[in-house]
Amino acid sequence: MDVAIVGLGMHPFGRTPTMSGLEQGAAAARSALADAGTDFKRMEFAFGGSQDSGNADSLVNLLGLTGLQFTNVANGCATGGSSLNAAYSAIKSGQYDVGLVVGFDKHDRGAFNPKPADWGLDDWYGETGLMLTTQYFGMKIQRYMHDHGISRETLIRVAEKAFRNGSLTPTAWRQTALSWEEIENAPMVSEPLNKYMFCSPAEGGCALIVCRADIAQEFHPRPVYLKTAVVRSRNYGSFEVFSPSQPPEVANSPTVTASQAAFELAGVGPEDIDVAQLQDTEVGAEIMHMAENGFCEHGEQEKWLAEGVTELTGRLPVNTDGGCLANGEPVGASGLRQVHEICVQLRGDGGARQVAGEPKVGYTHVYGAPGISGVNILAR
Amino acid sequence: MSSEKPLHEGLFSWPSASPTLLGSRCMDCGEHAFPSQDSCRACSRQNMAPADLGSEGTLWTWTIQSFMPKTPYHTDETPETFAPYGVGYVELASGLKVESRLRENTPDKLQIGMPMKLEIIPMRKDDNGADLVTFQFCSAEELG
Ligand SMILES: [Zn+2]
Repeated sequence: MDVAIVGLGMHPFGRTPTMSGLEQGAAAARSALADAGTDFKRMEFAFGGSQDSGNADSLVNLLGLTGLQFTNVANGCATGGSSLNAAYSAIKSGQYDVGLVVGFDKHDRGAFNPKPADWGLDDWYGETGLMLTTQYFGMKIQRYMHDHGISRETLIRVAEKAFRNGSLTPTAWRQTALSWEEIENAPMVSEPLNKYMFCSPAEGGCALIVCRADIAQEFHPRPVYLKTAVVRSRNYGSFEVFSPSQPPEVANSPTVTASQAAFELAGVGPEDIDVAQLQDTEVGAEIMHMAENGFCEHGEQEKWLAEGVTELTGRLPVNTDGGCLANGEPVGASGLRQVHEICVQLRGDGGARQVAGEPKVGYTHVYGAPGISGVNILAR
Repeated sequence: MSSEKPLHEGLFSWPSASPTLLGSRCMDCGEHAFPSQDSCRACSRQNMAPADLGSEGTLWTWTIQSFMPKTPYHTDETPETFAPYGVGYVELASGLKVESRLRENTPDKLQIGMPMKLEIIPMRKDDNGADLVTFQFCSAEELG
């Protein structure tokens, strides 16, 4: 049985001081149910997660105690991707007809504050100042720029695009476009990445209603079909965050393995994708993920960005809603926001940021610590 | 030297006139680990032996920590006395790349591929006033 997405819901990303993370999740769920023209009683199952805002299944206190199967998912940055993956399997297997996928979060201001012990590391690693994700991102793109001839201008172009797209997205956190000079001269965080090249922890909620493809029209006239949902973890040798040492051989990242599996399962290739969401925790990530997901060769990003291939008007628009850079990253909701945006684009509802040419096939990629990637391929 | 203690035991030989990094090596598949481990990340077997990883290598990648980190960072610095530090991976003779603080803290002094050398530096004082020391790398040229 094929799987359709028939309801899209979002509580705007950014800061909502008056609402808890859970309440933002409930708001997103209600708006997804309304979009699908249905109600919570009709949901047979739910998969949901948040990193810092409590148990997702507490949502039933706000949405209704209907006795449905509600499973909490906790998989770091891939929480949304893993929830959707589980819902995909639940429908695909024939177990259920229709259900809810929901993610939400509300993080403190400033960077995440990881503890060495939670990552299997001794205290010295954090005490001596190595326990910062920003360092890892700086070091990964630094090596990549060296190996593949990526310039600092290309980093700036990615940030510029993100905030420009964010300015066209009513639910985005950052809705002000930034000039080249503003980005170029921002305070340095971790060479070569500066303040406007990183996304920030944020708040928000996102929800999707998924159902059997053959009943999709009951809920929405323009269903989007989830062709495949794949999650992969890291292999030995993959260069990942919080690693006191790295083996001699650099292995393919989990993004490469998830992407290859997704294309194979969906029976399409990178050339078939009309619009994509690629994890952009920082600008270097978007650049590297263009190649790791198979859309271009390593190093080709330099030309692609200069020619505007990934702009709204380009051949492969990437992060049309401004991505993590413009939306911030409420961990539990972030991966679902990517799917939400692709569905909006495939429905043709993108408004000022709608990509031209009536896109038919979309792609989402989420990546996070400690080396986990989720890829979805969607089509109308 | 008697008033200097390693911040964490087993990372490097100490006390020593020429300290080296200490790790482990899998006796089955040959892969190295740092810090030392009881099991192998490559083949998952548990047949590891101590390994001296040496004190020299080349810089594989780098960045600069430009602001004072929050906890768990733990030194005697204050935001006013904090000095930016480099962070990088240094590729050792075995091919293993070890993450380390770097003495160099400006982009003009750091270049991928440059030769690097281990040094032992004080991080903070313990309750008895003894220096707790850790490892970092610096340019091999600068040390002379
Ligand atoms: Zn082994």
